[in-house]
Amino acid sequence: MTDLAIHCRQLVKRYGTEVLAVDGLDLEVKRGECFGLLGPNGAGKTTTVEILEGLLEPTAGEVEVLGMHWAQDADRLRERLGITLQQTWLYDRLTVRELLELFRAFFPKGRTVDEVLGLVSLEEKRNAWFEKLSGGQKQRLAVACALVGDPELLFLDEPTTGLDPQSRRQLWDVVSDMKAEGRTVLLTTHYMDEAERLCDRVAIIDRGKVIAQGTPRELITRVVGQEVVEFAPPGEVGKSDGLDEPALVALPGVLGARHVPDGWALTVDRAHVAIPALLAHLEAKGLLPLARLSTHSATLEDVFVTLTGRNLRD
Amino acid sequence: MTSRSPLLLLTVARLKLFFREPSAVFWSFGFPILLSIALGIAFRDKPPEPIAAAVQAGPGAERVVASLEASGQVKARPLEADAAKSALRTGKVAIVVRPGATRTYAFDPTRPESRLARTVVDDLLQRADGRVDPTPVAEAKLTEPGSRYIDFLLPGLIGLNIMSSGMWGIGYVIVEDRTRKLLKRMLAMPMKRSHFLLSFVFMRVLFLAIELPVLMLFGWLAFSITIRGSLLLLGLIALLGAFAFAGLGLLVASRARNTQTVGGLMNLVMMPMYVLSGVFFSSANFPEPMQPFIKALPLTALNDGMRAVINEGAGFAAVAPQAGILAATALVTFVAAVKLFRWS
Repeated sequence: MTDLAIHCRQLVKRYGTEVLAVDGLDLEVKRGECFGLLGPNGAGKTTTVEILEGLLEPTAGEVEVLGMHWAQDADRLRERLGITLQQTWLYDRLTVRELLELFRAFFPKGRTVDEVLGLVSLEEKRNAWFEKLSGGQKQRLAVACALVGDPELLFLDEPTTGLDPQSRRQLWDVVSDMKAEGRTVLLTTHYMDEAERLCDRVAIIDRGKVIAQGTPRELITRVVGQEVVEFAPPGEVGKSDGLDEPALVALPGVLGARHVPDGWALTVDRAHVAIPALLAHLEAKGLLPLARLSTHSATLEDVFVTLTGRNLRD
Repeated sequence: MTSRSPLLLLTVARLKLFFREPSAVFWSFGFPILLSIALGIAFRDKPPEPIAAAVQAGPGAERVVASLEASGQVKARPLEADAAKSALRTGKVAIVVRPGATRTYAFDPTRPESRLARTVVDDLLQRADGRVDPTPVAEAKLTEPGSRYIDFLLPGLIGLNIMSSGMWGIGYVIVEDRTRKLLKRMLAMPMKRSHFLLSFVFMRVLFLAIELPVLMLFGWLAFSITIRGSLLLLGLIALLGAFAFAGLGLLVASRARNTQTVGGLMNLVMMPMYVLSGVFFSSANFPEPMQPFIKALPLTALNDGMRAVINEGAGFAAVAPQAGILAATALVTFVAAVKLFRWS
């Protein structure tokens, strides 16, 4: 048995003669990991996912899912996959319980309706019609429908787009549970915090190609590099504070320094070393207490901007 | 948890969805019942109206009026010449009698009731004048259930219902599911495609098992309509009709990407049958050259077949052609729909 849940090579999907949605995409997703496909709208994420789900035929390329191929093993594959589409409309006037029972009936083995209701915290809505649910509840139900077959591999296509914070957190818990049970999750998102929090590895997709791949941390340190420490000395904005760039860069752990409108931004590789050294330096200059001190990690958004010069949500 | 048959659950889900849509329930049950009540009242059997006649004033007029009135079949009134003429022209009377040695009947031969009045009035007056009929005559009056307008209408309305609930209940629902990507979602499961399509057909069969008895029971309670032929045969014809229109519904829905398109397609298919297939009036009213085409329409076959069983007590051999048309329609449309079906 291969240790790859998904393996695709040189995947191409062309619509008509004009549109090249996927342009030679390579992907390897290991069993038991949560893998994120990131990219702006129209990058080819959904097309890629639907090919992997066996809902679209690729124009060219090889696809292997759980060691099987769609052409020969479609029935066996479907029994082992859980799928949520980007937007799922279910039958308006069936109740949550009726929908889950219906979906459950298609799988030879799986979880009980009560179990999956618990997983997505919809127990008290079990007798509500689908049309009466909120957007977040509908999305959680869609995920529940993907879980009834007890899938080895779960596809989530933008599961939290437009959701309230509570529903987002609940869906994140579902993904964490799946991972804890050794199952594989492939999710697409354009929320960077979501990808950084949930995904073991991510691939950034642009114009139908993977432009970077790795763990979120790896990508950030490799492409952008560092964490960012920002501080503002006391006193009026714009007045000379007596600090200079060479002195700041000379501090241990600091890689770079630049002026920002109300102070300084330092890129650092070891914040725990750099911050005490910075504070000592500032104290010596008589610049404490500071008006502002903050640190933030460089994000995947920064990675995308660095690689493409564009924002993810353009 | 024991896993239940997905086909059964799909079918039951479709029935639930139908009965949770009040407007769909109204169109399937309320509408045909209301329509047959309205039309049943409008065309109820009335006692024959007396013939309205005017007798032009003059010598002998009183005797003529008295002879006509005595029969009970004619309502006669004496009128002056001008008034009588105007009453005939405006249709208040069907005939004007001018007494005399030669009796004159003024009537409008283009009006059937006027021609009838001439015959009846003449017959009555000749007898009053002493005519003796050479052959004695006895009358047997028949107004039997089975030959009234409502007997004709109700099977037509049931046929219409089987057609429109099959087409809308399947065609429209499928296209709506397609636009909502629900078809795609279902396809992402280990679901047999045939189960998905068959669930619509089975839903129609179960639905028919409710629809047909309810409407026939209504016909029996409200209009004493009885089924002269075999109940089983009626069920078979209706079932074949439901299959035929389920197949047609699947076929019109097999490619359409939005509900407007499928709505137009369905009207295109159903409109000729509304008019030609003998729902409200007999399709025999259309010219002879059109008859083979009209007879081949599935709704004509369904209506004619059900009427033959309900009103004439026809056996299987008599309705075999209709059953054949319906079965063939069902088979051809279902196979074509499965071949053409667009899932995404």
